[in-house]
Order: sequence, then structure tokens, then C-alpha cells
Amino acid sequence: MNGQAWMLLLEGAWTTVWISGIAIALGVVIGLVIAMVRMARIPFIDQILVLYVSLARATPLVTLSLFLFLATPTFGIAMDRNTAAILALTLNTAAFNAEVWRSAFLSFSREQKEAAMACGMTNGTFFRRIMLPQMFTSSLPGLVNEMSFLIKSSPAIAVIGVVELTRVTNRITAVTYEPLPPILAAAVLYMLIIGALLKLQAIAEKKANRLAM
Amino acid sequence: MSEWSIIWEARDLFFAGIWNTLVLFVLSFVAAFVLGCGMLFLLEERTRLSIVLRWVINLMRMLPFLILAYLLYYGLPQLGLRMSAWTAGLIALTIYHAAYIAEILRGARIVLPAGQIEAAKAHGFRPFRLFYRILLPQLVIKTRPLLGNQLIYALKDTAFLTIITVQELTAAANSVQATYFIPTEAFVVVIFFYWIISIALELALKWAGRFGAKRGFEHV
Repeated sequence: MNGQAWMLLLEGAWTTVWISGIAIALGVVIGLVIAMVRMARIPFIDQILVLYVSLARATPLVTLSLFLFLATPTFGIAMDRNTAAILALTLNTAAFNAEVWRSAFLSFSREQKEAAMACGMTNGTFFRRIMLPQMFTSSLPGLVNEMSFLIKSSPAIAVIGVVELTRVTNRITAVTYEPLPPILAAAVLYMLIIGALLKLQAIAEKKANRLAM
Repeated sequence: MSEWSIIWEARDLFFAGIWNTLVLFVLSFVAAFVLGCGMLFLLEERTRLSIVLRWVINLMRMLPFLILAYLLYYGLPQLGLRMSAWTAGLIALTIYHAAYIAEILRGARIVLPAGQIEAAKAHGFRPFRLFYRILLPQLVIKTRPLLGNQLIYALKDTAFLTIITVQELTAAANSVQATYFIPTEAFVVVIFFYWIISIALELALKWAGRFGAKRGFEHV
């Protein structure tokens, strides 16, 4: 393994991080929107969302990535590899995040709502000023947990040809004929990324516990 | 609807894929469960081995599954240990999920009250029998929702093995779409199968929950 191989590995790690990062950011927001729409219990739409969450949680990411990348062109939507990868990761993580947000909604205390109403707050203000900050703190550990799961399943996008951290090892091996060093180096890089997230989760949990929620 | 008739023509390929996925999933999860319980037993007492095991468990929690599969399938031949993709996949699934199962059970073990263990020791239980008869049944019933989640993760991880050329369900869809150019139908069928399997798992879990409630373990 020479300097060039390390550069390739770092590039792969960067691809993993930015694609996962976009998917995480989109997934957290979309998950919140799904949870909110589900709390409103609109007939028909509610059933569709239940179906989506159930399907997205059951579908392996490898299968979903292949499906999105190969099937969308037949409907006339051309997607490049990165877009398909981001879409697959987002669809997957949004379903899990929706469940985390929903449990935060369900466990939110009713008294606070009544108190806010008595103080003359509108629904919107109440949600923005009272509910969201508390829900964010209480569901942060779950969200960060889901983030580390996302990074751990992100090698799935290698199957549609995105050159991320796992796939890079194949490229290096094709030149050096020594598969073990690049795979071990990739493992170390993954451990750094996921270890940082686990650390973040511990901090988030401590913060949530301090607020006693 | 000629595409669907092509899918029907290729049904043997799909059935072979489902069979392979199910065999890999069941074998690896049973093995992982046994191995995970064994790890937990070794973690009971603080020895040099248990410290190493803690390291291994934490390592697995920070590693993507595919990297472990790569390590076994592409990495080990460099050290002279060559195995088929199927075997490598099975071993990777087993080791990876055993670590997670051990961690789940360990989490429940920490919060278990010490009183009954002391009582069992006072009755002359040997460590293995104590673990097998008293600790393990309680821990498994208590952690069943988490173990159930792990079951679904294990099912989804089998799909990664298509990347190291194991002929499982996703690989079946991929080869059908590559031969007949009908990606939408092929993958819809496969996703449907994954969905059915995980719904069956969730139902089994609900049933296990009722069993646990009957034994007085409602509050997990």
C-alpha cells in the first residue's frame, strides 16, 4: 500500500461520508414530515404511509439500490449512480426515522399542550417553540443510532457502481494483488466514522437523560 | 403482460434464490444465537478471554457487515485460507450477528438483579447450569423485541452477499433482469418476497410476545 492507495481510500471514505450525509439530512426531515402526517391521521394517506414504512424497513438496501438504479430508466427517469444511491439511502433511513419521530410524538405529554393552549399559543407556535425542541432532544439518541446503521449499510451502494469506501478496496487490489491491507485500512476508516457517531450518541443520551425525558 | 409471464418462466431461479436466502438466514442466525450465548457465558467472569471478547464485540459494532464479508472472502485467501463465497457469507453472517446478540443479552444481563443468582449459587448451581437454566431463559424472553429486530437485520444483511457473488434472492433478480431486461418486474417480485418474510418474522415475534406475557414478562 503506497500513498496513492491511501489517497484512493480517503476519496472513497469521502464519497461514503457525503452521500450518507445528504441521505441523513434528507432522511431526518422527511421522517419528521411522515411522522407529522401520520399523526394527523388523514384516511387513505395514512394507510399508504404505513405501507411505505413497512416496505422500506423490510427491503434490503442492496435490493433497493439495484431496483432504483435499474428500474427508473424504464419509466423514462434517467438517474446517475450518485442520485440513485442518495435516493435509496434516503428512502430507507426516512422510514426508520419516521418511527423514531412518531414515538416521540406519541410520548409527548398532554398537559403541556393544554398549558400552552391556556396561555393562548396557536398550534404552530406551540409546535415550534415547545414541542419540537423537546422532541428533538428525546429522539436524538434514536436518530444518531439510525445514522450509524445507515453508514454501516452504505456499502450497499457499491452494487450500482458508486466507488465508495468498500468498493475502493477492489480497485486497489486490482493493482497490488494484495487484498488484505486495503480491506483492513477501509475497516479502520469505517471504525473512525462510526466510532465518532457512537460517541455522539452517548453524548446525546446523556443530554436526554439530564432533561429526564 | 408478457413481462410477468417471463418472470413466471424464470420462477425456478427465484425459488432457488429464496431457498438459498432462507437457508443462509436460518443457519447463520441459529449459529449466531448459539455463539452469542456462548460469548455471554464467557463474559460472565472477568478473564483475559472476556476482555478480548469485549473488544471483538465492540469492533463488530463499528464495522459494516460487507467489510467483514470482504475480509473473509477476498482478504483471507492472501493468508492461504480459501473458501467458497457461500461459506464465507455464512461465517461472516454468523460472527457478525453473534456479536450483536451477545451485546443485546449483555445489556439485559447488567440490569438483572443479583439476588436470584446468589440464591441459585446457595442452592449449589454450577456456573454453566446456572447460566443455562436461570440466566439465559430470562434474558432471552426479556430481550425478545431487540432480538427480533436483529432477526430482521440478519435477513436484510443476506442481500449484501450478492456483492460477493452468492446466488441468493437479490442475485436471482439481478440475473433475471440482466437476461431479459425487465428490471421493474424482477425487483418488485423480490422486494415482495423480502416483505413477506419479514412480516412472517414480525408475526412470530408478536406470538413470542404473548408467550412472554404468559410467563409474566410484560414489562420489558
